[in-house]
Amino acid sequence: MRASHTQPGFLAALLHRIAGITLALFLPIHFLALATALNGADALESFLRATSHPVVKFAEGVIVVALALHMALGLRVLAIEFLPVRERTRLAVSLCLAAALAVGLVFLLNVA
Amino acid sequence: MTAALFLAQRLSAVVLAFAVAVHIGTILYAVRGGLTAGEVLARTRGNGWFLAFYLAFVLAVAIHAPIGLRNILREWTPWRSRGLDLVVAAFGVLLLFLGLRAAFAVFV
Repeated sequence: MRASHTQPGFLAALLHRIAGITLALFLPIHFLALATALNGADALESFLRATSHPVVKFAEGVIVVALALHMALGLRVLAIEFLPVRERTRLAVSLCLAAALAVGLVFLLNVA
Repeated sequence: MTAALFLAQRLSAVVLAFAVAVHIGTILYAVRGGLTAGEVLARTRGNGWFLAFYLAFVLAVAIHAPIGLRNILREWTPWRSRGLDLVVAAFGVLLLFLGLRAAFAVFV
């Protein structure tokens, strides 16, 4: 493993990208699911019932974490590029991860 | 990445930072006690402000995601041809179409 790959900045970029890819793959499915409402409330209700399994809820929690993490790490990138800040990378990445996991936990507690 | 793509990526990111924060808040509020289609549609149908919000959200996503995927694919794979640009552009158009359709399904 290259020395640069053990740096927190590399981890931040990797997590940002993995979360982004996850969201890009999920979005078309999400949009198709919402569009079931074109066939009326019953069609959307059938979809919601079919996806009420705990495993699906957990997967939704993972997507919510990916969304929150991608946003938090994206704000870090914008701050580095456009604001006169010198960030402490390890702390920033830890905070981004903590915030994203907290959002995921609140989501899972709310759907439980 | 060209200057135009960089600018589009960052400007859409600024819109998305706000939109995602609102969306996460909405998700956490809406899922309390379980979701039913009736509840969701009663809140959303005819809500012009939220329709406008989600139309902007979808547009920003359709710009942001293809550029991000292009960057990743160009760095992680040997695929750097014009074909890559066409494929990610098509993905953006697909996201725009499906996203607008979903927004109209839920809000109109």
